[in-house]
Amino acid sequence: MASMMQVKPTRMELSNLKKRRTVAIRGHKMMKDKRDELVRRFIVLARRNKELRLEVERKLALAMQSFVLARAVMSNTEIEEALLYPARAIQVEAKTRSVLSIPVPELSMETQDGFVYPYGFSTTGSDLDGAVQSLAEVLPLMLELAETEKACSRLADEIEKTRRRVNALEYVMIPQFDETIRRIRMKLEENERGNLTRLMKTKDMLQAQQK
Amino acid sequence: MAKCGVIGDRDSVLLFKAVGLDVFFETDADRANMLIRRLAKQGYAVLYLTESLYPLCGEAITEFRAQAYPAIIPIPDASGSKNIGMDALKENVEKAVGVDILFNN
Repeated sequence: MASMMQVKPTRMELSNLKKRRTVAIRGHKMMKDKRDELVRRFIVLARRNKELRLEVERKLALAMQSFVLARAVMSNTEIEEALLYPARAIQVEAKTRSVLSIPVPELSMETQDGFVYPYGFSTTGSDLDGAVQSLAEVLPLMLELAETEKACSRLADEIEKTRRRVNALEYVMIPQFDETIRRIRMKLEENERGNLTRLMKTKDMLQAQQK
Repeated sequence: MAKCGVIGDRDSVLLFKAVGLDVFFETDADRANMLIRRLAKQGYAVLYLTESLYPLCGEAITEFRAQAYPAIIPIPDASGSKNIGMDALKENVEKAVGVDILFNN
């Protein structure tokens, strides 16, 4: 049973409560719609996220493998010399996109045409070339993964919050309003009846006096 | 123009230097947390963390969870994937839907 709110049983409070109840019901409906839509979008994103992560992890593992091979044939200094100065810095444009007014990141990479190795070929082996090239191929995927994964986690948080609100409205606020409104009505009716009997009683007494 | 960073142990992340990402060598939990905060202030949009480092940086990760940027993403390191990224995704799905609908079927 929903507990009653601590309010005075007056007409003023009754009308206030009725207004708040209508607002709560409308809010509940909107929150519920929001939650449903969030879940729908979340599922699409989560599927994509899973695909992307599987692919990125697979491709990264391949790149790492060739890198390990490259390390085996080249000395540490040679590798660092080859890699420490990048031939191109990637340009990432970061914007925010709004999904039901939740800001989620949107990333786009400006691809410079023509892939170049950041090193000369004299001291490096072909394994290193393979590693660098496969990594360059995963890069756009990794950005998309970052975008999707962040969006997913933000949506998940928001869904949790919205669901909590929907439940609070549905199972706490609205029953509480109903109960309080009922109590106030009963109290007012009781007062009304008391008043009526008092009047009837007075009338009887007055009539008895006049006789 | 936003920047992307990779944080992890030397062997795993050195390669990312070649494709133009900013690479930071760090394996210590406290210093990595501080590094993440500092990079976030500098306007990094994406920070890739190796899976061995990711569980150690819970503090910084929760801090930036509620913001659009930076996105902190776990990636497998030289020793292979430990499924941490997938677990994070799974956790999200469970949080949002209540049950795990992606991996159970």
